[in-house]
Order: sequence, then C-alpha cells, then structure tokens
Amino acid sequence: MTTRLSKLQAIVLDTFGENILSVNDALNELTIEVATDLLYPTLKELRDNDELQFEQLIDVAGVDYLHYGLDEWSTEKASGRGFERGRSTKSKSEWQKPRYAVVYHLLSVTLNQRIRVRTFVEAESMLVPSVVELWNGANWFEREAFDLFGLLFDGHPDLRRLLTDYGFIGHPFRKDFPVVGELEMRYDEEQEQCVYEPVSIEERILVPRVIR
Amino acid sequence: MAEIEHYTLNFGPQHPAAHGVLRMILEMDGEVIERADPHIGLLHRGTEKLAEIKPYNQSIGYMDRLDYVSMMCNEHAYVLAIEKLLKLEVPKRAQYIRVMFAEVTRILNHLMWLGAHGLDVGAMTMFLYCFRDREPLMDAYEAVSGTRMHATYFRPGGVYRDLPDSMPQYDKSPWRNDRKLKSLNENRQGSLLDFLADFTDKFPANIDEYEALLTENRIWKQRLVGIGVVSPERAFQLGLTGPMLRGSGVAWDLRKKQPYDVYSELDFDIPIGRNGDCYDRYLVRVEEMRQSNRIIQQCIKWLKENDGPVIADDHKVSPPSRADVRENMESLIHHFKHFTEGYCVPEGEAYAAVEHPKGEFGIYLLSDGANKPYRLKIRAPGFAHMAAMNEMAKGHMLADVVAIIGTMDVVFGEIDR
Repeated sequence: MTTRLSKLQAIVLDTFGENILSVNDALNELTIEVATDLLYPTLKELRDNDELQFEQLIDVAGVDYLHYGLDEWSTEKASGRGFERGRSTKSKSEWQKPRYAVVYHLLSVTLNQRIRVRTFVEAESMLVPSVVELWNGANWFEREAFDLFGLLFDGHPDLRRLLTDYGFIGHPFRKDFPVVGELEMRYDEEQEQCVYEPVSIEERILVPRVIR
Repeated sequence: MAEIEHYTLNFGPQHPAAHGVLRMILEMDGEVIERADPHIGLLHRGTEKLAEIKPYNQSIGYMDRLDYVSMMCNEHAYVLAIEKLLKLEVPKRAQYIRVMFAEVTRILNHLMWLGAHGLDVGAMTMFLYCFRDREPLMDAYEAVSGTRMHATYFRPGGVYRDLPDSMPQYDKSPWRNDRKLKSLNENRQGSLLDFLADFTDKFPANIDEYEALLTENRIWKQRLVGIGVVSPERAFQLGLTGPMLRGSGVAWDLRKKQPYDVYSELDFDIPIGRNGDCYDRYLVRVEEMRQSNRIIQQCIKWLKENDGPVIADDHKVSPPSRADVRENMESLIHHFKHFTEGYCVPEGEAYAAVEHPKGEFGIYLLSDGANKPYRLKIRAPGFAHMAAMNEMAKGHMLADVVAIIGTMDVVFGEIDR
C-alpha cells in the first residue's frame, strides 16, 4: 500500500469515524461503505473538506447482488447430456447484505486521488438520496441506474428512463431479467404496424459460470 | 395570427450532424435554444449485461465496438482492469506496443473528430483530408491485428502477438501503372515500425496543412469562438474530462497524473485552453495530435532497440504457443481450458481508467471469483459530455448546437453502450 493511500485512509477515518461501515484498501483503491441515510452528508463532506476535495463525480454504478457467488457448473454430478453435463440448477446465493448497491467513484483533480463509496439499498424501498445537488453531472448517471436497476433517487429533478426504449417495462440489468429480454418487436405486414410479442428465442448458456 | 412563443424542434435521430443516433428535443424561442433534452439509447446494446454472460476474454471485442473510432483505447482500459484484479505483470515490450497503439488510436480519433467537426460547421474539405491520413493508421491496425477497425488486439497480460516484420503490399492491377504501384508500396518495404516511422515524419506537416485551413479561418472562428463556454468550476460539476476539461484550462491528463503502462517514461506535453470555448477545444485537440505523434516516435525508437515477450508468461491467463500445444500435454490442457472456460479472476473489485481520446474512460469490474465478470460498468466520457448538452446549448442559436455536438466529439457506441 502506498503512503499516499494510507494518508487518505487516515484522513477519511479521522473525518468520518463511526459513520463509515467499512474501509477497504485492496488493489490500491480505497473503498468505503456508508449507510444510505448518511450517504448525502458523507459525500458532501468528501467534496467540501479541504483535505479531501473530491470535486468530480466520475461514475455512479448500480449493482444487483442477487446471483453473487453462484456458479452454473458442478463437476461432481456427471451425466451423459453433452455440454449440459453436470450443470447444476441455481441454488440460493449466500449473499447476506441487501440485494442492491450503488457505487460512486469520486476523483479529486486538485489532490490527485480517488475514492469509491458504496451504499447498500434495501430492496423494499429502493430509495437512495440523489446527489445531483452536489455534482450536477450525476443527473444522467442516476437516470441510468434508475432505468437499468429501478433504483429510486430521492430528490432527483427529472427521474426518467434514459437508455431503454420508450414505453419499456422492467429493469434490464437486474440479475433476474433475462438476457434475451421479454418482448420482441417486428413489423407486421397485415396490420401494417410494428407489433410487440413475447420473445421466441430461448436463453442459452454457452460457457457455464464457474468459480474455482 | 396567433402568437407563437415557444416551439419544439425534433433534431435527429436521422440527422447527419447528430453524429449517429442522437435525438434531441429542442425548445426554441425563435432561433434561440431554451432547453435541449437529448434522448439517447437508440444504440443501446447492453454491453455490460452481455459481458456478464461470457468469459473475460470474449468481451474484448465488445470494447472495440463501444467507441468505434478509438477502438484500442477502450480495450486498454478493459485489460488494465483485469490485470489489476489478477495482479498481472505485463512485459515492457507489450506495454510499449500498447502505448504506441493507444496513441495511434488517439490520432485516428482526433482526425475523425476534426473531419466531422469541420464537415458539420461547413469545412467539407477537412473530412476528405483527414480520411487521407487515417488510411495509413488503419493499415497499421490491419497489419498488427488483421482488421482495420475492431482490432481485439490487447489481451490481459500484453498483446495478442508481436509486431509484424513486413507490411502487406499493394498488388498489381489494371487500374494502376507500375509507377503508381511503386509509389504506393514505397513506404511498405520495411517493418510495421518503419511504416509508422514514415507516417510520423510526414504527419506534422499535414497537421500544419489542417491548421492553415482552419486555425485563422474567419468562418471557422466565427462559428467556434465563444460558443459553448464552460468554466473550470462548471466542468468539474458536470463531470467533464479529457479535452473538454483541458479546454477550460485545467491541466489534467491521466497519462501524466496517474500514469499507466509506460507513459511515465515518455516525454510529452499537455496542451490546455484558456477560454473553455469550442475554439480552444479545437486547438487542444490539434496539439494533442502533435504530442501523440511525439509519443509514437519515442515508442518506435524503443521498440526497435529492445526485444522481448509481448504477453505475460502465465498460461492460466494467456494461451501457450501453438508449437507448445502440439508437444506438451500441460500446454494442451491450458490451451483447451483457456479457449473453453476461460480463467477465473479473484474476488474483488477494480476501477481502471485511461486517458481516452474523448476523456476519462473507466472500467469498473466487480468479480465474485468466476470466469465471467459479475458486474462490468463502463464509464464513458461521452456520456457525461452529452449530459452537459442542455447547459452548453442554452442561449445559443440552433446552428451552434451543431458546433457543440461537434466539439463534444460524441460517438454513440460509447454513450449508449
């Protein structure tokens, strides 16, 4: 661990103390975990504190931990069905924490340092405070996370879908949303218009997921 | 007659100045923009979701198709993120090759931008000239990877193969005489490095030509000076990076400040603007091309003098050589495992950012220890720039919107992902 990172870690621990749930400095990157209700003041302090000065919000990423640590391959039960051999059905993930998380990546241009802030979001409420007030650039990042994961950013000025089609239903980046989608569209010559139908293709696994 | 105060204009998605599939709803007061609401996602392919269902190496090709005018820079960020998680050492020669091609890519991207920006604003000739210079660079891409654009050349641990010793030649054809054929093949007699060295010798003079056409051009300046001004404070607020930030006078470049690969060993300067308008960003990007040219020259020099492996010698991650596979059982197993199941990446998370021609391009990789990423988030610079559209276009005329789209250097492959 570089001295620079340990210095930043010391400042962060000093500033927030008990308010941080965990600190991690793996791979030379500092990650802190904050409870959702303390997220806004923590990020505000990260931006305004003279020793931190994270004036830029680089990224906001939603994460769905539903299938975390699950693999699709168990080599113990062999069968004679070719490629599908030994594919285990998904059991329940051993993930203990809430299902969703929002990950913020901050950058300080002045002090040349980065930090990652993670907050877990309860699946019942899906509510996260919006940080558009702190960094105006968060607007689209939050709209994207709302669109793809269904995370609700409290206080966002204009929480509309961003990437998916007009009238799209569902949140496609959730792990229980099929990769092939739910609806397919085609032009129908008899009706002379585009029609939406349930997908006709089946989801396949070409390379099973393994954890070794 | 009824009085019309505001009206709404639908700009795109099928509009040549929209640089792809941008649909923008413009609320206009006469010819002045009151509010711009970009609708993106028409090119959304769900790259991040697709990456979750395939082994790590199979997504490298998807990275090319994000920002499809700066292909290798996208790959660069992706392989850096994987290397970070695997704690993989990359051979020096591979790092130099990667840096050299990252800079070739930067020139490719900036030439495309300069041509398209010129075309949007009315300088049609620029487009043709810029494509002339893109051609040898694409040939370099082809010589090294086999494709002109979507290279899939970078790999975790290095690059796919070493630089070729010879360049492909133009063939005889009924449409060119011997003299023409000879002149076409003149700079292709040596290796790829000689070919690129020849390009870097000629290129600065070509940039001078572009500058002669544009920099002091009255129309060009009328269209760009004072348009889309962003102050440094607003640039931070809006998350602008790359030339968009440097144009506002902030000397921030990841290649200098948080160097990756061998950038710390190379000598180059960071140009910055002063006023934060479209014209300054134009000047910054043109100067960046000159600096990239310098970096390529330094890389060529180093690569000519030094030999070595181009990919890490860890066959859990990189495939063994073909000859080994035929003779060695262990290598055969590695080869088979590599191309079927892939490799497992230790549990953890990593964020790797590169100074992409458009700004900070980052890959946030979350692994649960499997052979596929658990979550891949692509931080596209154009996404944040596009989000700033409303603020930059407000109060400008309709024609200036085109200049602002041009100065952002938007490519929808990366914005929509």
